Amino acid sequence: MAAPSESLQQKLREWTYELGGPGTRERLEKLTAPRNEFGVDPYGFDVDFATAAVAPFAWLYRKYFRVTLHGIERVPADGRVLLIANHSGQLPFDAAMIEVALLLEMDPPRIARALVERWVPTLPFVSPFFARIGQVVGTPENCRRLLAADEALLVFPEGVRGLNKLFSERYKLRSFSSGFMRLALEANAPIVPIGVVGAEEQAPALVDLKPLARMLGIPALPITPYLLPLPLPVHYHIYFGEPLRFTGSPDADDAELERQAGEVQAAVQGLVNQGLAERPGVFL
Amino acid sequence: MIGPEPAAPAPLPGPVLVTGIAGNLGRALAKQLHLETTVIGVDRRPFHDRPKDVEHHQLDLRKARVDDLFRRRRPEALIHLGIAHDPRMPFSEAHSFNVVGTQKILELCVRHGVKKVVVLSSANVYGPLPNNSNFLAEETPLMAADRFSGVRDLIELDMYAQSFVWRHPEVETVILRPCNIVGPTVRNAPSNYLRLARPLTVMGFDPMIQLIHEADVASALLQALRPGSRGVYNVVGPGEVPLSAVMRELGREPVPVPDFLLRPTLRRLFQAGVISFPPEELDHLQYLCVVDGSRAQRELGWAPRFSLRETIRSVLP
Repeated sequence: MAAPSESLQQKLREWTYELGGPGTRERLEKLTAPRNEFGVDPYGFDVDFATAAVAPFAWLYRKYFRVTLHGIERVPADGRVLLIANHSGQLPFDAAMIEVALLLEMDPPRIARALVERWVPTLPFVSPFFARIGQVVGTPENCRRLLAADEALLVFPEGVRGLNKLFSERYKLRSFSSGFMRLALEANAPIVPIGVVGAEEQAPALVDLKPLARMLGIPALPITPYLLPLPLPVHYHIYFGEPLRFTGSPDADDAELERQAGEVQAAVQGLVNQGLAERPGVFL
Repeated sequence: MIGPEPAAPAPLPGPVLVTGIAGNLGRALAKQLHLETTVIGVDRRPFHDRPKDVEHHQLDLRKARVDDLFRRRRPEALIHLGIAHDPRMPFSEAHSFNVVGTQKILELCVRHGVKKVVVLSSANVYGPLPNNSNFLAEETPLMAADRFSGVRDLIELDMYAQSFVWRHPEVETVILRPCNIVGPTVRNAPSNYLRLARPLTVMGFDPMIQLIHEADVASALLQALRPGSRGVYNVVGPGEVPLSAVMRELGREPVPVPDFLLRPTLRRLFQAGVISFPPEELDHLQYLCVVDGSRAQRELGWAPRFSLRETIRSVLP
């Protein structure tokens, strides 16, 4: 990937500091990911690049989606943790907003490593961009390694099934896959449930043209009243729940893991329901 | 008070037979190895600039005379580098040379009571696959042939060596899988690619890559030769770095071309015999084939000596 010129990166970084509010620069400078003389960590995460790249998302966060946080202090300041959230909105702006929240609203900031789908590395430009901002392919091996290194993993157990829900199914969580639970038990990592409210209305999909999507080799082809799944200026509310700790064997049979994953799903659904009850309106 | 002296490294075994010694890596190895033990080289190529005390036998591994050599010289150990990676070599010949040659020489080791065997494989057996984990451990299935049949030989050889490890517990066998080997004398695909002033890259891709200096591979082979280790080890250099950063460090001007143009063009040129770069090798410019080398560092007590910057710059004249 042709790196944007250094002066552009510098401008973007200034923009990030401005959008983040006073003290942002000092806070972000506390991020000391292990990096080599070429500025990247072994996964390809580049703090300087990420601070620049986050600027447009920070703008969306502050000015467009006007994200309101509830309970961010429940995210542990350090140590391994799994952040488990509902997924919606056709395009994964929910992931971006959670990551911006951890970056700009925590002191010291935390990098959330979102797990991306296994086909993402085949996408030109997207693949190196994601790597430079700290995202990894969601293989169990990657997750184990990152948790062992006391990193924060952002997981959407609904996957694309949640992301590409139709408008008529909004805020009805798809059943959580239980893979994250095995990882949490193995690594003895706490789970912070996250409920995102607002994203379901950002791109109301009326139909999903599945056969055409298959032909194009993409996971879904949602059609909104204005055709493209571009986000509307909805008001985001992100609710962080109390960390949950589970005990048990990671090798327990699937039924037991699914039961525990169901508990997390219920916690996330609870946060979503709370957010729906408390918000004054979709756009307000 | 002075603490206990650090344990001296276990001594190297007696005469060591080195196949493929006349190659660039073989020569780098011979330079280090002959200072500590007796080196017997076998290669079907002549060995130029051979150190005086290294004997060389210009032989094909599949020939009966190799058996005579074992009988006469009684090697205690084998380092097997005799693997050809020439994409232009006809398939049947490459298979016979690499796989049959390996089987023959390992059988001879059993018959003649060789105590230690080190086989050089490659991290390419895992293959650059889009859904690879960021760091591949030694247990990762060898899936490279899924996308590129040209590496079938290499995988077959690696698997044969693995089965040899457990079929012959009396022979202490080590398989090393180094990442991309580079160096001043190395002429393999990655080194040659990095020597291009305007290398083609795949537009929109910039994978993390691993390079290792040829002298570091030689020292890893030497370390694996010491008694006490057995099994499969990934061997990596001093770290991971984006391909674009390597290009910048070397002052290259990459020419990005979209995959949908580059791949078919290369395929046609390769089939016409114009270039010797199989189109499937483009995967290395797109996807991760990065391995976890921590087991070798922990269990072999080996570490690379060249820094990341030195390793990258080693391809320069």
